[in-house]
Amino acid sequence: MEIKEVFNQLNIPAQCKRYGLGLWQCPQFLFLIMGIIIIGSTLIAYAIGTRYVEDPEIVALIVLLITAVLFIIAFIITQSFERLAEASRMKSEFITIVSHQLRSPLTNLKWATELLMSGELGKIEERQAEYFRILKENSTRMLELISDLLIVSRMETEEMPLKKEEFSLKDLIGDLISEFQSFAKASNAEISFVAQEDLPKIFADPSRIRLVIENLLNNAIKYTKGNGRVKIKALKKDKKIYFEIKDNGLGIPKEDQKYIFQKFFRAKNAVRHQTQGSGLGLYITKAVLENSGGKIGFQSEENIGSTFWFTIPIK
Amino acid sequence: MPKKILFIEDESALQKTFGEILSKEGYEMISALDGETGLKLVKTKKPDLILLDLVLPRLNGFEVLKKLKENRETKDIPVIVLTNLERIEDVDKAIELGATTYLVKVQYTLEEVVEKIKKALGE
Repeated sequence: MEIKEVFNQLNIPAQCKRYGLGLWQCPQFLFLIMGIIIIGSTLIAYAIGTRYVEDPEIVALIVLLITAVLFIIAFIITQSFERLAEASRMKSEFITIVSHQLRSPLTNLKWATELLMSGELGKIEERQAEYFRILKENSTRMLELISDLLIVSRMETEEMPLKKEEFSLKDLIGDLISEFQSFAKASNAEISFVAQEDLPKIFADPSRIRLVIENLLNNAIKYTKGNGRVKIKALKKDKKIYFEIKDNGLGIPKEDQKYIFQKFFRAKNAVRHQTQGSGLGLYITKAVLENSGGKIGFQSEENIGSTFWFTIPIK
Repeated sequence: MPKKILFIEDESALQKTFGEILSKEGYEMISALDGETGLKLVKTKKPDLILLDLVLPRLNGFEVLKKLKENRETKDIPVIVLTNLERIEDVDKAIELGATTYLVKVQYTLEEVVEKIKKALGE
């Protein structure tokens, strides 16, 4: 058992993958590099010492001692890094497990409420219906939050490999707009979409890009001030597709703009306007785009509106 | 004769909800709380449709599906998978094993699930 563990420790790429860290961020790998540098410098010192100093053995001994001390210190440092990485990995795993466990009872709750609301079990008074709606809305909200949390924790543990393929962004946007039509209508917002003719296909993971546009579209409609206009544009720029979504909604206050892509962050006016929202949407959006070789940015002014854009490679 | 739907699902709360809604829709629902019982009931009750969860005690949903599709008598019964597993690997696996439809629970309302059931029964 002990020996097997030692061998496992030596399998550095596997260890790094377990923590969901890249090679250059991985404690074990860094430790190995540090060791190589130390040994290298010892050898150089030894070479210089034997050539220019009378008593080379003493020089070598001193260098060796210093190296040993450095090595021990480095070892302690990497050990603590390792513990940190382990804690973070366990946190992500914990979120995944808890989220899955929460889903079943919440679905039961939501469906049971829907059954009650359908009136199949007896007539519902208007005042009762109001509270059933509250029950349903809140269980739906919790389920959405759990979905977002699952996406984040999967991204952090790199459990979500990209499945890239060629597909039409134009078709995807069209589908999503029709899906969002009833939400837009309910929020008194109008969506328009202009795409460059013969827009090339993009090369990315369709389910992820869907997530990105869903989030951006959802925000543009959700944070409207009424009489909303959401304008979407897609065109070719250099060797990329440029996507833009412009709204005339609340906008993001200047002091909040630098935090807008942070996990769980929500702008002050967004919190006031709409209490719902996990603060994970834009964090997920940015992470997905960066993993797909794209970029995201925005311009925004409070009370005037926001324009979010992203680029994504063609091939 | 009302059509028979076998619901293999270990959450008794869901069994109750679906029992209620499906009987209102004019179906007869048979419930099984684990995979093994589910398979037994398929043989004795000969349902017209099976609603199948994937995470089940005794025999999991994938194994139930595999056994159903291997047996000549049961391979033509439509199976709707109703689960909270949403990884693409799970979806692919279930479809490959012969599931008619794959529904992720959190994404559907009760009414939409009933619509899917009607559709799978050709109504």
